[in-house]
Amino acid sequence: MTSTLPVQSKSADVKEQVEKQINKAHGDHRIFGLAIFLTADAMTFAGFFAAYLTFKAVNPLPEGTIYELELLLPTLNTVLLLVSSATFHSAGQAIRNSNHGRCRLWLLVTAALGIAFLTSQMFEYFTLPFGLTDNLYASTFFAATGFHGLHVTLGTLMIFIVWWQAREAGGRVTANNHFPLEAAELYWHFVDGIWVVLFVIFYLL
Amino acid sequence: MTATIASRGTGPRPRLQPTGWLRYFSFSVDHKVIGLQYLVCGFVFYLVGGALAGAIRTELISPVADFMARDVYNQVLTLHGTVMIFLWIVPVVNGAFGNYLIPFYVGARDMAFPRLNAVAFWLIPPAGLLLVASYFITGAAQSGWTAYPPLSVTTPATGQIIWILSVLLLGGSSIFGGINFIATILKLRQPGLKLMQMPMYCWAMLGTSILVIASTPVLAGTLVLLSFDIVAHTGFFNPALGGNVVVYQHLFWFYSHPAVYIMVLPAFGLVSEILPVHARKPLFGYVTMVYSIMGIVVLGLIVWAHHMFTSGTPPWMRLFFTIATTFIAVPTGIKFFNWLATLWGGRISLNSAVLFSCGFIVNFVLGGITGVALAQVPFDIHVHDTYFVVAHFHYIVFGGSVFIIFASVYHWYPKFTGRMLNEDLGRFHCMLTFIGFNLCFGPQHWLGLNGMPRRVSEYDPQFTLINQISSVGALLMAISTLPFLWNVIQSAISGKIAGDNPWNALTPEWLTSSPPPVQNWAGETPLVEEPYGYGVPINAIDLSATSGRDLWRSGK
Ligand code: HEM
Ligand SMILES: [Cu+2]
Repeated sequence: MTSTLPVQSKSADVKEQVEKQINKAHGDHRIFGLAIFLTADAMTFAGFFAAYLTFKAVNPLPEGTIYELELLLPTLNTVLLLVSSATFHSAGQAIRNSNHGRCRLWLLVTAALGIAFLTSQMFEYFTLPFGLTDNLYASTFFAATGFHGLHVTLGTLMIFIVWWQAREAGGRVTANNHFPLEAAELYWHFVDGIWVVLFVIFYLL
Repeated sequence: MTATIASRGTGPRPRLQPTGWLRYFSFSVDHKVIGLQYLVCGFVFYLVGGALAGAIRTELISPVADFMARDVYNQVLTLHGTVMIFLWIVPVVNGAFGNYLIPFYVGARDMAFPRLNAVAFWLIPPAGLLLVASYFITGAAQSGWTAYPPLSVTTPATGQIIWILSVLLLGGSSIFGGINFIATILKLRQPGLKLMQMPMYCWAMLGTSILVIASTPVLAGTLVLLSFDIVAHTGFFNPALGGNVVVYQHLFWFYSHPAVYIMVLPAFGLVSEILPVHARKPLFGYVTMVYSIMGIVVLGLIVWAHHMFTSGTPPWMRLFFTIATTFIAVPTGIKFFNWLATLWGGRISLNSAVLFSCGFIVNFVLGGITGVALAQVPFDIHVHDTYFVVAHFHYIVFGGSVFIIFASVYHWYPKFTGRMLNEDLGRFHCMLTFIGFNLCFGPQHWLGLNGMPRRVSEYDPQFTLINQISSVGALLMAISTLPFLWNVIQSAISGKIAGDNPWNALTPEWLTSSPPPVQNWAGETPLVEEPYGYGVPINAIDLSATSGRDLWRSGK
């Protein structure tokens, strides 16, 4: 449908248009591929959740071994992640307006929130009254939250990479081509979404 | 030109690659090279798995364990199952033919993510070597390809951990492949190529990839938990520590039942490409074929617990899973009648590709019937973990997928190499395989019905004769690979030159030279249109009123 584009023309205008189109086509299927990957990732979590719910339904714990989970830290964690989704979104808005400085600032804020989450989770782990091998619930709890924490760690690393790539000149993240940022943003929103489900299943149910 | 290609989103252009035969040994990103790498690598593992099967059948010639020690038998059995499933069938029906054909079928010059594609392939050889080497170094896993706890937690840990690692790598490979197939089929289609005009194999691969994306990660997560049980002594699945083995079975079969369809759906797609060409007829009932694939995908995801009828599942669950499983016979049956209708009245040339396809139809119907029987709880309880199950699933995976892999090699070999295979040797190979296969696995139904358990190296002497017949069948199958091997090697060197389109086929991979150039077509990409518009009798249609496409779609 675009074969009418006069590619041979030297006009900068047309060239830019073509470039945009190339980026659109590529960005398009790359984000799509990432979305499929995240679907697969979500299925891994779904397996953990299903295992936990089944354990709960059919393997009642012996008397006196029930632990109530503290809600304070995980609620704080939920807030941290939800806010970080918003700040990441702001970073995306900034780059679309070609404002590199702002974008990098918001990215740093997001990364800080991610690190705060991880710190708080570590703290929670150390104050829990049970350990990895105590019983089924404990093991599944650590498996699911630990796997999620791994995702947050990876996401934070990605933010730093994008932050590096969004340098003013010569960076790979610009207003016209910000695939790395979009990819990291999608991933981050995904990780936040999973946390909300995890929070409901493990802490509230 | 540039703009056209870009708007079709053909992905990053391949960098400078080694050319000639050397590129088949290198990290190439060309989908055709990767496809053949999958094929050859898979076949090597087929020989490994076959040798292991030979060892098993040798042991079973006599009712006592005289050929190998019991724990060696368990290792060989585990390796055989794992190699055959994860290193032969899954990579070949998906990776090999999917990578080779799908870009052609959607009119693209490569897969959506060529480098991811190469990564997916190159995960396989190390994973396979790791698995096989474990036998020689530490002793392989002993708990069967299902790795059921508590067995997998209590048998020697090192082999089991290597097994888990290897399966995780292979699962990752399969997920990367699935992402690539979905993205290629949905995003890189030629402008104007509608979903309902794609060759059937695209639909099959779309369905398969959905299954891969939905179920493989669950297996991966489960195996990670299992490895925790082994190395960190957590108690997810270890009853000694309060764990629940049935949850393992649920999670495992949530992957491994769909895995059956990951092995046969692509085969369904391939046979749908092969039959119309050699029968010179349109594929019958295109639309019903598509819906039945999607029906199988949906049903395939909700029937896993039919493997667990004897695991203490509550009656309502048994009822649900019996009904759901039985329903799968409907879409599967539709496909069979469509293939038969495609052949019906066609000008069939009985070459090796068609003979193997017909063998597939016969075997798979038998496997399907025993499958429906197994879905009925009382019957399943009777034959559970007997040789009846072994016979059933070999009719599906060997009689189904392996027969179609051979059919596909005979069909696409001219495209791969530019040369024809020797048809006489091919027909001989097919006859020998068919006879050997039925001789080997047919009598096992009887063994199972009469109570011979599976996964044992010693059995009641009353089963000796049947086991010996079965072993003779296995020997025939082993011999039957020889003419095939000779044929593919000999023909690659001095076979008859094939020309671009020896079968006069209409699917787009045949509209380029054999073997195809690096970017698939030297010039513009041809339109993918009417892949099955064969030999519609002129007097049967009103040419002015109907376009060819409506014809092949309605299957007239
Ligand atoms: C080359 C011809 C083959 C022969 C002679 C053969 C023979 C056997 C035998 C004797 C067993 C042991 C059954 C038991 O005791 O439970 C077995 C198991 C098995 N075979 Fe095959 N087989 C062949 C091909 C295949 C193929 C192509 C597949 C493809 C998926 C396959 C998959 C399996 C699996 C999954 C098991 C179960 C292993 C386990 O229980 O851990 N086999 N085979
Ligand atoms: Cu099943």
